[in-house]
Amino acid sequence: MPAYEIEIILNRQLADCLSIPVFITDTLGNLIFYNEPAERIFGKRFEDTGEMPVEVWATIFKPLDELGAPIPPEELPLVRTLRNCYPYHKTFWIEGLQGKTEKISVTSYPIIGRAEKFLGAVAIFWKAKEE
Amino acid sequence: MKIKLWGVRGSIPTSSPETKHYGGNTSCAVVSEGDNLLVLDGGSGMQQISFGTPIVNKRVDILLTHLHLDHIQGLGFFKPFFDQNLEVHIWGPASNTQTLHSRLSRYLSPPLFPVMMRDLPCGLKFHEIENSEFKIGSFIIKSAYVIHPGPTVGYRIKGKNSIFTYIPDHEPALGREGMPKDNKWISGYDLVEDADLLFHDGQYTAAEYQNKKGWGHSSLDDALLLASKARVKHLLLAHHDPSHTDGQLNEMYTDLKRNYHYSFEYEMAVEGMEFELP
Repeated sequence: MPAYEIEIILNRQLADCLSIPVFITDTLGNLIFYNEPAERIFGKRFEDTGEMPVEVWATIFKPLDELGAPIPPEELPLVRTLRNCYPYHKTFWIEGLQGKTEKISVTSYPIIGRAEKFLGAVAIFWKAKEE
Repeated sequence: MKIKLWGVRGSIPTSSPETKHYGGNTSCAVVSEGDNLLVLDGGSGMQQISFGTPIVNKRVDILLTHLHLDHIQGLGFFKPFFDQNLEVHIWGPASNTQTLHSRLSRYLSPPLFPVMMRDLPCGLKFHEIENSEFKIGSFIIKSAYVIHPGPTVGYRIKGKNSIFTYIPDHEPALGREGMPKDNKWISGYDLVEDADLLFHDGQYTAAEYQNKKGWGHSSLDDALLLASKARVKHLLLAHHDPSHTDGQLNEMYTDLKRNYHYSFEYEMAVEGMEFELP
């Protein structure tokens, strides 16, 4: 398989140095990297899973609204970024692997390279700020 | 394919008896096969270039990796620019903000240089490249962005029977854990893979690199590791730091030989070196 473009590589190197959870996908939404803080909320290690197809990793989190109703995928920031190549932000709840519900904020942005080519997307998970 | 190195120093030319052996001119190499001539980078080594024989097909192609001064400062002294019978093609990385012509004109115009690009008598043509593949004569050339500040590419040049890869400025081990284990996460890997000859950045010792992370250059050790992972047959360690004397470079090479036992050939690049690939 050919090497990733450097814009993707540099995003991974940055994610690797951050203490906030970061997920990186290709243009189709396949998960190509997640950092150590992301491993903690994901419940899996990148070393063990490697890359994951979109249909596998997208089902691991169950996004819920404030009433506990499931949020349709097309309303999630990363899905919107992949569709429109724009950054998005949203606060919602997720039911993680251990069945625990957690309020989080997700910021996603597209990776648009030097040649103005859409190369993938990044999603940053923040612990939601209590107002 | 014939290759001659006209400049192997990094950052700024040096002129001292203590750098005489490895040479003080900055990045420049000439690659030829049949009647086709490629000049890689326009560092200070460029002003020395002599093609020896007349340029049969009346065309020279200059492939710039990036526009840092040590890679373009020889351009104003490149003889074919002043020959109206020649066509000179300049290839370089595209930028989102300005054309290649406009960025080069910032250097080749007063007050930095007395002659303006538009006054050069040769036929001048510009080609902006990115992650591209293109053909020049019998050469098939692949360019790809690599990790170095500003738009910077490396080149993989495929001749009739061999591959020469040229990446004088490159920091593939940038990151918390150094060189990634998985090859597809390594900057420049596709350019380097299975090359017969690789000319690669090796500006620092491993100890020096600890204080120079993010500057865009490699340690000798990382250059060796990259070459090993990519099954390179022969590695030239280049872009010597301007502060490194001949004596220090000799010591650094001795240390490498003592510490590493790679099966491929590797050596420090020396200005004037010539290679002939099958």
